[in-house]
This record gives sequence, C-alpha cells and structure tokens, in this order.
Amino acid sequence: MIPMVSQLGGEGPIAWILQIAWIVMIVATFIYGQRIQMMLMLRDVESSLFRLKLMRNKGRKTAISTIKEVGKPEEDPTDRVDRFLEYIAIGPVALDPAGIIWRLEHVLDVREVRFKESVKAMVPKADKTQINNMENMLEAALALNIIYKVIRHFYVLGKKTKSLYIIMQLQMLLPLIMREAEAFSNALRAFTQGQPIGDGIGALVAAKLMRGHRKKKVAKDTLMAKVPIEGRTAYVIKATGPGGNVGKPGEAIKQIIKENKGKITTAILIDAGLKLEGEKAGEVAEGVGVAIGGPGVEKYKVEESALKYKIPVNAVIIKEDIGDAVSVMRKEIFEAADAAIERIKRLLLERTKKGDSVIIAGIGNTIGIGQ
Amino acid sequence: MSEEGSSKGRISIILFVIILVALGLSLVAFYQAVIVYGSGDPSLGTWFLLIGFMGIALLTYMLLQTRRRTFKLPIQAQRVATTILCQKCGFKNIRDFERGDYVFKDVTEECPKCNEKMAIASIYREAEKKGKKD
Ligand SMILES: [Zn+2]
Repeated sequence: MIPMVSQLGGEGPIAWILQIAWIVMIVATFIYGQRIQMMLMLRDVESSLFRLKLMRNKGRKTAISTIKEVGKPEEDPTDRVDRFLEYIAIGPVALDPAGIIWRLEHVLDVREVRFKESVKAMVPKADKTQINNMENMLEAALALNIIYKVIRHFYVLGKKTKSLYIIMQLQMLLPLIMREAEAFSNALRAFTQGQPIGDGIGALVAAKLMRGHRKKKVAKDTLMAKVPIEGRTAYVIKATGPGGNVGKPGEAIKQIIKENKGKITTAILIDAGLKLEGEKAGEVAEGVGVAIGGPGVEKYKVEESALKYKIPVNAVIIKEDIGDAVSVMRKEIFEAADAAIERIKRLLLERTKKGDSVIIAGIGNTIGIGQ
Repeated sequence: MSEEGSSKGRISIILFVIILVALGLSLVAFYQAVIVYGSGDPSLGTWFLLIGFMGIALLTYMLLQTRRRTFKLPIQAQRVATTILCQKCGFKNIRDFERGDYVFKDVTEECPKCNEKMAIASIYREAEKKGKKD
C-alpha cells in the first residue's frame, strides 16, 4: 500500500501533507501500537472495575439496610458491617501437609463462630434463621468487596508498571470474574430475603425424602432422619433449614457409618454441579465419588470413612451454572428434584438388596428450605 | 481514586487527538478525491475515497468506544413465586414470595375447599426473558 500511497502525492501541497500524515501514522503505529493497545485494554478494565465498585457499594448498602430492617438494632450497624467486610481468614501452612485438613477445619470453625458472633451483635433480636441468613448475606458482600479490591489492585499495578502482561491477563480474565461478581450480587439479594438458591437443590431433595419422618441432630447444623425407601433403610442427611447454612455433611456421614459399624451398603450424595455451556440447567447426572464442594474438609471425612469400610460412594448431580447456583432457584432446577429422587430410587434398586442400610445426603446451602 | 480520575482525563485527550487526526485525514482525502476526479483520473480518485472512508471508520470506532462507557447495573427485579399446596386435595395457591416463606413451611391459612392445613410446596424464580442487554 505504501508505494500506492506515495504515488498519490504527485503534485500540490495537500498531497504532500497527506503523504506525510500517512507516514507519521504508520510510524506511530509501529512505535506506540502496544501502548495504544494497552490503553484500550485499560479502559476496558476500568469500566469493569467501575461496575464492580457499583456492585460492591450496592451490596454493602443492601446489607446495612437489611440489618436495620430485620434486626432493628439500637446502634448504627454501619461500622460493624464495614469491619466485617474487611475480615481475613489465613489458611494453615501447607509445607507439612500431614493433618492439614484438621487444621483447616479449625480455622474455618473459628471463622464461622466469629462471623456468627459479630452478626449476633449486629442483630441481637433476630432468631437463628435470620442470623444465618444475615451471615450468608454479609459473606456475599464480603466476597464482592474482595473481588473489587483485588481487581483494583491489579489495575493500579498494571498502570504503574505499564506492564502489558499484567493488564492483558486481567482483561482476559475479566469476563469470568464479572460473571462471578454478578452471581454474588444476585446471591446477596436472595440471602436478604431468605429465598432458596440453586445450590440448595441437594438439600431440597433430602428435605423431600425426610418430610414427615422424625429428625435428629447428628452434627453441627446437620439433621438426619431414618426413612424407609423401597424396603431399604435410608439415613437421610441435610443441613438444618430454613436458615442459610451448609451444615457438616461429612461429619454426619462419618458418624452414621461409625454408629452402624460400617454396615452401610452404599452412600449417595446429591449436589448441584457446574454445568458446561450448552448443557441444560436442571439435567440430572450420575457418577461415583464424593460430591461435596467447598474447602474440602467435609469431602475428606467422607472419603476417609468410605475407604475404611470400603463403602461405594455414588453421586447424583443436578447441573446448573454459577449464576443459577447462587441466585434464587429456577423453576427448572426446582423441578429437577423429583427426577433426582427417581434416580436415587433406581440406584437403590440396582445396587442394593432389601433390608440394606444406605446413606442419602443432600449437599448444599439449605437457605429457604425447611424439612 | 484521585489517580484513576486523572488517568481517565489523559486517555481521553489522546483519544481526542486520534479522532482529530482521523477526521483531518479523511477530510483531506475526500477533498483530494474530488480534485483528482475533476482532473480525470478515476483510479487515483478511488484510492483517495478509500482513504477517506478508512479515516471515517476509525473515527466511528473511536467514538463508539467512548460511548460504551455509559452503563448501568442491569439488575432487574425478578419475580419469585411461592406455591402453597393442600396435601389432601391438591389445591394450589400461587402468590408472590414474602419474607419468612420457606419450602415446607406450614402456613396458617387453611384450604378453602376442605379446611385442611396447607404448606409451602415450592419457591422458585420464574424464567426470565432472554436477550437482556449486557
Ligand atoms: Zn384441600
């Protein structure tokens, strides 16, 4: 193109100007191309950062106003909420991994107790369900705050160092991070109202199975009911609803296996699983392995006891995407509970005999789901 | 925050310069095209037209980039429905979610058909319409 362009400047001062302008522009693109690209990326990041900031602020405001509305505290909760949003939990050292699970569990337990205590201090008059819901809501606000601050950190760092690679990584990851932040933003709204979320589908399945049977506490925030299903005795487990919490399903399964001296034919865990793009929300899938998310403490306990007594662990997964998992439960997902129960019954008929004892555990946050 | 503010200004100035240059270039190119067409050299004129249009395209792109910066949070209220069911006759009552509702909660209202106790059978969000702008 350059020879063609130089032909253009045959005569006249305007043609000359045009030609020089072209050469200047081409040289500028050579030299400053990367800078220009970086600037465009930075602008992209900047607008996302602004949105994150809006979400964070809105989350904080919602949290404060909900606490005022539900708890009717005497003092202004703003200070306490702000302190909560900056809360840090430091994980255990991984240099000597032996026993790390128990050390991690301890840190998480302490964190939870601290959270509950500070929520109680914010809403002294609220009942247990409301305290659990408020705690979940504040955790969502905390997550939004941390996402915003981390992205801001890398944005400022990228700008200070003028490093294309820091900015590029940030810009490439942002679509996923934004999805996650929007999910938390939705979750926060569900938590303020105490509405069931997509992640609670496992708990819903267990609730449907144990409805009308006598329940007993087996572990912290976790219930168990002995339910006859298809001639088998099923120990059905779920977190105690309807307040927002996930309970300790691993601990509960461990206890039940111990109480039965390992005489459990099979364990079936029902949980929400992330679907791949293109898969339908509410699809039910089956497999083996321990279907418990989170930091891994509960999963470890199940794996350990299952190995000790050689108990096969089955998984029934209800597929949904990250947005569905933490926002109010969609109709398709709610209706998948019955399909999952059918799957469980078929699994029992295929894999177990009459009179066997089995464990059926519904995993997930039981917010908005009683029993 | 003050840092971000100042950089925003700087980027805008650079953008402004690029837009001005593109505008100038395309104007000159169009002017030249007219002259060359007049002097009877259509192929050269077409080249100038092409250059002019490229300049305009660059300009539009830059302007669109700037326009995209106005945004709002796309959080729309979603309808959450609570279904109250009579276990005996299957009578269903669907209403909007109220704070305090939860699945399997025994509600105080009685079934209008058989005066039996009712309970909440489901709480879910109605499917939202696709094609929301992001
Ligand atoms: Zn009835």
